[in-house]
Amino acid sequence: MSRAVAAAARPDRALHEALLRYVLRLGDTSLVLGQRLGEWVGHAPTLEEDLGLANLALDLIGQARLLLTYAGEIEGRERDEDALAYLRDAPEFFNLALAEQPNGDFGCTIVRQWLMDSWQLEIYTSLQESTDSRLAAIAAKALKETRYHYRFSSGWLVRLGDGTAESHERVQRAVDELWRFTGELFAADEVDERMVAVGIAPPLSTAEAHWSARVDEDLRAASLKRPAAQPYPWHGKRGVHTEHLGYVLAEMQHLQRTYPGARW
Amino acid sequence: MYTQALDTHGKEPVVAAAGESAAHAARFQSRVDADEKIEPKDWMPDAYRQTLIRQISQHAHSEIVGMLPEGNWITRAPSLRRKAVLIAKVQDEGGHGMYLYSAAETLGVTRDHLFEQLLSGAAKYSSIFNYPTLTWADVGAIGWLVDGAAIMNQIPICRCSYGPYARAMVRICKEESFHQRQGFEIMLTLAQGTAAQRLMAQEALNHWWWPSVMMFGPSDADSKHTAQSMRWKIKRFSNDELRQKFIDVTVPQAHFLGLTIPDAQLRWDEATQHYIGGPIDWSEFNAVLKGNGPCNRERLQARRTAWEAGRWVREAASAHAEKLAARTTQAA
Repeated sequence: MSRAVAAAARPDRALHEALLRYVLRLGDTSLVLGQRLGEWVGHAPTLEEDLGLANLALDLIGQARLLLTYAGEIEGRERDEDALAYLRDAPEFFNLALAEQPNGDFGCTIVRQWLMDSWQLEIYTSLQESTDSRLAAIAAKALKETRYHYRFSSGWLVRLGDGTAESHERVQRAVDELWRFTGELFAADEVDERMVAVGIAPPLSTAEAHWSARVDEDLRAASLKRPAAQPYPWHGKRGVHTEHLGYVLAEMQHLQRTYPGARW
Repeated sequence: MYTQALDTHGKEPVVAAAGESAAHAARFQSRVDADEKIEPKDWMPDAYRQTLIRQISQHAHSEIVGMLPEGNWITRAPSLRRKAVLIAKVQDEGGHGMYLYSAAETLGVTRDHLFEQLLSGAAKYSSIFNYPTLTWADVGAIGWLVDGAAIMNQIPICRCSYGPYARAMVRICKEESFHQRQGFEIMLTLAQGTAAQRLMAQEALNHWWWPSVMMFGPSDADSKHTAQSMRWKIKRFSNDELRQKFIDVTVPQAHFLGLTIPDAQLRWDEATQHYIGGPIDWSEFNAVLKGNGPCNRERLQARRTAWEAGRWVREAASAHAEKLAARTTQAA
């Protein structure tokens, strides 16, 4: 349990709930994105990219395990990482909607990854200074991985943007398609505000400014255009998802659901 | 992962081609006899080179086709720990493919050329991957049996006369041994689990036992290349010797799991100190080899689809690299 929350003590039930929700958001985002990347293994454009995408998937699943284990401890209902991953339904998942979007072609996967990596870079960098020592430690580990992920995804963004007319067109289309999900990345709600107030999490507005500058620079390097900001009706972090998440979970959870109580 | 004495599917090698001097050949053989490693720039008989290219590339193809039946379960692995281990394992197989293609490239072929041979159906890969993974227990059984059989085949290749192949195999064998243990651990968990899980484990053993036993290739009496490959120290044990070793090691493991080997004639032979199994149905092996296994079409199609769908990505990467090089030259 974090010092900040312990200091506030049990009476601050709302803070406790907010921390749980915040950690679930981070954990679910890594889990769902890792699950998506896992679909690629064996099917990538080259053997090197197969290994690269598998690496990303592995890191993200690793982050999810640490975060969900922590969430289970905060919750105090004896739910471990697997109970949280396998036995919650879509409305109880709080990942960003961007993470659950289908892989599409390689360009689409790269754009999704690059947007997520750029976001995680900012969040994990700040979380290293969190008053919650557990989150700070997880963020420090995850940041090392995320730097590599970002190098992979931004490198491919430039290669595809600059490569051929076809690759340019495909990757611009992916940027245009996925851009509507970026609004959610920095839309603060009461959970975020509580986390900021006790120094657990960074203000999203600061992260957004950094993210936006980085994304612009990468788009320029890839000769791609930044789409206009768009309103969005999804709030994955509040459990309001696109239709895709249900399928992701159906596939992921099917053994646990089919054989209740079995150990694997 | 891999192999069914893969060197048995080609044509009989011609030991000395025209123009290869007897002196070179004798010198080469004496180096092999002295257990010296042959390196890429050393003189070697053309038939030795061709045998190695065929064997190493078939091995490499087996690794990357082998990613499919297990990769199939990454999204459905029943716990996050299992998911992480499976991703790492399948990634290892891809890595093995990479070292092996690199080892083959030292013999003067390109990876793209080898890939084309795989996709056109001209090159073989281990036919064990033409069987489906229908349950989670199949993933465990692949690790336990298929990787277990592969290790038996591959450990001797660590001492193969061709240096780059031998060195690639050292690392591969270390990883395969981890894979075998993780597969066994999946089976153990299932065997100690619920009745449904035990049944799942037994059915997986029923599915994978015979194909695993057949991975060692035709019996010695029918194996074409063994003698020459042994003289060249590409191969160190015969198919039947390796198969026996696998059976002797694996039967007690099945007993430990409380599972039954699906061979009614299997018995312990006190005189030879070996487990003796019933006859192998080679017609099944030959059918799968000819392309008529349960998943031959799917596996090859999956590789072709990935290759075709990735073409624009590879073209983009090359185009970008050329543009970069041109910009650098301009700037200089």
